[in-house]
Amino acid sequence: MLLRHTPDEIKERKSLTVNPAKTCQPIGAMYAALGIHGCLPHSHGSQGCYAYHRSTLTRHYKEPVMAATSSFTEGASVFGGQSNLLQAIDNIFTIYKPDIIAVHTTCLSETIGDDLPQIIGKAQVTGKIPEGKFVIHANTPSYVGTHVTGFANMTRAMVDYFAESNGHKTEQINIIPGWVEPSDMHEIKRIAAELEVPVVMFPDTENVLNGPQTGKYEMFPKGGVTIDELISTGSSQGTIALGGLASGSAAKALDTKCKVPCEILDLPIGIKATDRFVDALRKMAGVNVPDTITIERGQLLDIITDMQAYFYHKKVALVGDPDQLISLTEFLVSIDMMPIHILTGTRDKNFEKRIKKITADIPHEVNIASGKDMMLFHQWVKNDPVDLLMGNTYVKYIARDEDIPFIRFGFPILDRVGHSYFPTVCYRGGIRILEKILEALMDRIDRDSTEIAFDLVM
Amino acid sequence: MRSIQILKERKRQIYHKGEEAFEIECEKKSLAGSVSQRACVFCGSRVVLYPIADALHLIHGPIGCASYTWDIRGALSSGPQLHRMSFSTDLQEKDIIFGGEKKLYQALVKLIELYHPNAAFVYATCIIGIIGDDIDSVCRRVAEKKGIPVLPVHSEGFKGTKKDGYKAACEALAQLVGTGSIENRGKYSLNIMGEFNIAGEAWTIKKYYEKMGLEVSAIFTGDGRVDKIKRSHGVKLNVVQCSGSMLHLAKIMEEKYNIPYIRVSYFGIEDMSKALYDVADFFKDNLQIMKKTRELVREEIKAISPEIKKYKKILSGKRAAIYVGGAFKAFSMIKALRTLGMEVVLAGSQTGNEDDYKLLRDMCEDGTVIVDDANPLELSKYCLEKKVDLFVGGVKERPMAYKLGIGFCDHNHERKISLAGYNGMINFAKEVFSSVTSPVWQFAPRKRGGYKA
Repeated sequence: MLLRHTPDEIKERKSLTVNPAKTCQPIGAMYAALGIHGCLPHSHGSQGCYAYHRSTLTRHYKEPVMAATSSFTEGASVFGGQSNLLQAIDNIFTIYKPDIIAVHTTCLSETIGDDLPQIIGKAQVTGKIPEGKFVIHANTPSYVGTHVTGFANMTRAMVDYFAESNGHKTEQINIIPGWVEPSDMHEIKRIAAELEVPVVMFPDTENVLNGPQTGKYEMFPKGGVTIDELISTGSSQGTIALGGLASGSAAKALDTKCKVPCEILDLPIGIKATDRFVDALRKMAGVNVPDTITIERGQLLDIITDMQAYFYHKKVALVGDPDQLISLTEFLVSIDMMPIHILTGTRDKNFEKRIKKITADIPHEVNIASGKDMMLFHQWVKNDPVDLLMGNTYVKYIARDEDIPFIRFGFPILDRVGHSYFPTVCYRGGIRILEKILEALMDRIDRDSTEIAFDLVM
Repeated sequence: MRSIQILKERKRQIYHKGEEAFEIECEKKSLAGSVSQRACVFCGSRVVLYPIADALHLIHGPIGCASYTWDIRGALSSGPQLHRMSFSTDLQEKDIIFGGEKKLYQALVKLIELYHPNAAFVYATCIIGIIGDDIDSVCRRVAEKKGIPVLPVHSEGFKGTKKDGYKAACEALAQLVGTGSIENRGKYSLNIMGEFNIAGEAWTIKKYYEKMGLEVSAIFTGDGRVDKIKRSHGVKLNVVQCSGSMLHLAKIMEEKYNIPYIRVSYFGIEDMSKALYDVADFFKDNLQIMKKTRELVREEIKAISPEIKKYKKILSGKRAAIYVGGAFKAFSMIKALRTLGMEVVLAGSQTGNEDDYKLLRDMCEDGTVIVDDANPLELSKYCLEKKVDLFVGGVKERPMAYKLGIGFCDHNHERKISLAGYNGMINFAKEVFSSVTSPVWQFAPRKRGGYKA
């Protein structure tokens, strides 16, 4: 019933978004900031913003999500939020004692024109920031970009505030993982460890948002990149940024600030993109790819071979964030599926260009859009149905209305548990995606087959 | 136990029963920098109006506020589902500079043409209060053009607390109330207020009243319909639950239409029965109503008693912490947990007022910690100190309780199980029982003397 409110006929809508395929910048900044060890993200705005961000992140990761707020009042909105932020900084260091506060703005504080560097400077001068503690900031107006932009901006702030060149380059390589799950960050670090390449990953939410049950409530869990590590990124021999939109800006900033050369790659989702990542890492570090990785790649290839007969020209509709979708589309095309509707809520010209190129040889019309909403996505599916849907939690409505198999992929996933423990990146993540796809397709065949046809033969 | 620091400004928001009594400070803005569990004005308005299923809910602002509140509550509708869509004007930078009125107007007109709703609510978010869009005038123009009520909701996030959002919602509703016909309205009619039909709870309550021989005119706002709200001023009584959210509207209706109201709670055997008896008592000129009520209560209690006893046997002596939005809910919760033989050792709320906390203090045993607008550090500290077995709270508290190795029951929106009424008490008992006695806790480090990494 829910999405039966979607009409088939597509009409241009300029002033209206229905069922968004995006959300606002600050939540991305909050997620990125949680990837710094001992960091309390701080929302400089009304109380509701951070309550929503914390709730959404909590519902996705099923972990306590900590953040503070400037609790704007009417007064603050008229006279500026300086006194709120100063008081907040003071209170936070007194009660919660983080190593660092990462402040992001909101539409409210941006519009009234609060100057964060000036306020943070004032906090420094007036002794509100204890010795050895830090306050950093990112500007994340909600009316510009999307949650991905917010993630990118806060990641870049880590470079702007901390990266320092010590003059001589270390062996270390920086990896900026993009907005992926903690399990993905772990997987990327594991691959680097297999190659024996020392890396600094930032942000890094492993062990922050997929922590163990300890019987204790840790406001600041064990994981996260440390400030010393962030400082050292300026002396690394290179940076690999995964996902241009989420990680590109920080990588370029490192290059400009500390002359650390960077390679901006696609997220390593699927065999081709993972090959490019491993290859870039190998070249940058000057190491050989060990057998263990070759075997993993071979296993992925083996599984694709076992499954390929079932993938042939199956139509798929994808909705999500640009970095994820570029790699995922490439992966699906490489296993002979046909992604025919690909939509992101984040406006990005490069996205449309890349997807167009990747899908150029598909023998079917392909719908591609950036900066659009789930209503349009649903309309596409209505007008040209598919065999499989992939996207975040909200796609479940479309899946039910159109009776199409559905795999949860991306952010947020609110109605399932476990996604933050299994990677979808690199070779092993590829195997997991394939297992999910085949299961969804086969379950559907089983469900729909007659009693006579229902059997064990694939 | 590791000690935590509590700011002196917050010291009077935490009270240990048994200590010398003082008035708990409450209804203050959270301190800047606090990790409060509270939300904003918009959130208050949005949750109250959300269940009105045949109305259009358009959020005027940047995308976030619409994204985070898309299908946010399990408020069920028996018919239209328009309320579960997410509509936003999705303001961009140029709209912030040049104003969003034009966009709002176009969006409204387009949506009304597409969905033919019976009314439209337009929610103002923070930014609208800053850029100064005149949403009242846009709403008026669209209402004239389209011939349906278009109601501005002044819910700019920074203009107060969640409670102010409830008030803004009530004021929008008050514009609808009284605009429809009240012909044929019976002598024994009432409105159910402050019941949002999470997991179908309003339907349960409505059935009770109907069994008592009463006519339910409108439900505010569970499974809500515009037309019923318009005609809701013909009743003899408003029955208000969740007093924080709907009391304001009940007061407006009392003043304007001379409709008295009573406050009730539908949670737990004790309060549920009291609610029905109080309502029956109001209509005491009709002896049949009280008679039917007695029968209803007797039958319902008889039906659930054996099962409750079964749970009570095992849950007796277990300790619970509750942290709720409105304090009124806490009172019923304490009684319901006592029905199960459990003891409440920590009770807190986001938005309780002075009277609430006085009552809470009187209800609780010595040693109970009572806290206003708590942060997670405080909550976790007291949970461990008081050796809590169960935490009753909302979405942000669940993972914290689990990390500590404590059972959890959601009493907010994040559930599919009805907790209201007599059957709801069984559901509640079952949920508490399954969580508290889950075999997972045998592995929990807390029970095994601490986790060693």
